[in-house]
Amino acid sequence: MSDLSAFVKEHRLFSCYTLLVILIVLIAIFAPWLTPQDPMVGNLKNVLQTPTAEHLLGTDKLGRDTLSRIIAGTQVSLFMTICLVMLLALVGSAVGIVSGYFGGKTEMILMRFADMMLAFPGVVLAIAIAGILGGSVVNTILALLAVSWAKYARLVRSLVIKLRHSDFILAAKVNGATTLNILKRHIIPNILPMVVITGAMDIGTMMMEIAGLSFLGFGAQPPTPEWGLMLNEGRQYIQTAPWLMIYPGVAIFTVVAIFNLWGDSLRDVLDPRHE
Amino acid sequence: MKTLGNRLLQMLITLVGVSFLTFCLTYIAPGDPAMMVLEAGDTIVSEELIQKTREEMGLDKPFLVQYANWVGGLLNGDMGISYSAKKPVTEKLAEGFVGTLFLAAVTIIFVLIISLPLGIWSAVRQNEWPDYVVRVCSFIGVSMPNFWLGLMLLYIFGLKLGLFPITSSSVTAKGVVLPALTLAIYQSTKYVRQVRTVILDELHQDYVIGARARGLSEQVILWKHVLPNALLPLITLLGMSIGWLLGGVAVIEMVFSWPGIGATAVRAIMMRDYPLIEGFVLWIAIVYMVINFLVDLSYSYLDPKLRKGEAA
Repeated sequence: MSDLSAFVKEHRLFSCYTLLVILIVLIAIFAPWLTPQDPMVGNLKNVLQTPTAEHLLGTDKLGRDTLSRIIAGTQVSLFMTICLVMLLALVGSAVGIVSGYFGGKTEMILMRFADMMLAFPGVVLAIAIAGILGGSVVNTILALLAVSWAKYARLVRSLVIKLRHSDFILAAKVNGATTLNILKRHIIPNILPMVVITGAMDIGTMMMEIAGLSFLGFGAQPPTPEWGLMLNEGRQYIQTAPWLMIYPGVAIFTVVAIFNLWGDSLRDVLDPRHE
Repeated sequence: MKTLGNRLLQMLITLVGVSFLTFCLTYIAPGDPAMMVLEAGDTIVSEELIQKTREEMGLDKPFLVQYANWVGGLLNGDMGISYSAKKPVTEKLAEGFVGTLFLAAVTIIFVLIISLPLGIWSAVRQNEWPDYVVRVCSFIGVSMPNFWLGLMLLYIFGLKLGLFPITSSSVTAKGVVLPALTLAIYQSTKYVRQVRTVILDELHQDYVIGARARGLSEQVILWKHVLPNALLPLITLLGMSIGWLLGGVAVIEMVFSWPGIGATAVRAIMMRDYPLIEGFVLWIAIVYMVINFLVDLSYSYLDPKLRKGEAA
């Protein structure tokens, strides 16, 4: 316990942001129990109600409670984002390690492919992929994965190349360590911090891109309570029910801001050399 | 010269790769284009008619033959016919491009007006209140989804204050203000940080100390010496933005119903208008790469150090 309090004292800001992140994660996990009303069931008598004591943030076109839908949306958005970022880190690291450690033709082909993806505005391609495959939660994640892995692959590859020629790896080789062992014991633990930092700093951006795709109708489909989709639905009622497009946006902004702050401070903690 | 050749080769590979990838996607996608073309035109669809249309459109041929035909057409400047509009794809793209070009130009002007003064101000007054205010604002901007910012501006300036039209189905000077402002605010959050960093870097250079020692005023040092040097790194950033903007900023164009190339693409995707989608993706790839290329060229032209390196 004293270790923890020492850590908190040394990294006040980081601890504070981590607490907020944990709060969001808890809201996401316990969303089904936290929603004051059922986010999926509407009451046609209560269509497009202004915010009242009963419906703190008003109701939508089907009479569903906006606050409940926003809380339920935390689960959807966070789940999609975490899946996406973890897949990105996994795929990017795999490609990066393979091309960085083994080199040769595989490296050339993989990196040409990565360059191709980097030379192209990702969001456009993501819209095309998600749109053509048909909008769904899985397709959104796949589309964004397809256009974003290259950054991670490039990063990991450059880290691995630097490591590959370092003395301790050579020593391990001389001592007869197998390739698998070297990768497991030396390469992966050494690249992990950078991958985690990059992933953490990307959570906010990815969350916004997921919301953007849903906003266009190429992401989560109704009646899923997803924030981007809620903004898309609320947009038609901009004149009569502005709360429908104000509050889901506030939710995205708040969560993205917290994750951005957390990602930045995580970098400062894990990588003190930065700045 | 060798690097130039390499560059062009890389660009060609990217173009072929991206176009092939999109072609694959449209090929494996659910839905039969022949059906869609027929359904668009109110006729009763019989099995023979579908078969005949498929043959006319070349859809009965193997995948690679279809791709080769498409590339062949491309070399003659023919991108095929849009299913939904029954017009050549090139014509549809050109229509959208007028709106996108106008929007991009106005946005860039807004970006410069917003981010240059703020970035310079925050650098010159580093760690004082202007710096903190600018940094907090830029953080808020980075965390805000741009389509939501667009909706809020639309709500406040379009609906509540009635200053600007809510939708703009044609290219007008009044209609461009809100979409351009949305994009400019979004981009400026990045620019302000960059401008600040670059100016701070320059302020710590030896020549600034030298100029101070010679008794030049801070104003002269800033405007005459620091700024010209600081502008160079910003050109890359500006080039990237132009590429991004010309690619059509689909989400914002949809929010404001702005008749640009991005909105054209989103509608094409919704209607599964495959030739139009393929044309659009290829178009973006070309724009993006040409701009990157021009940025690199201008960079080596503007920076005497790089020019010398090339000659040596």
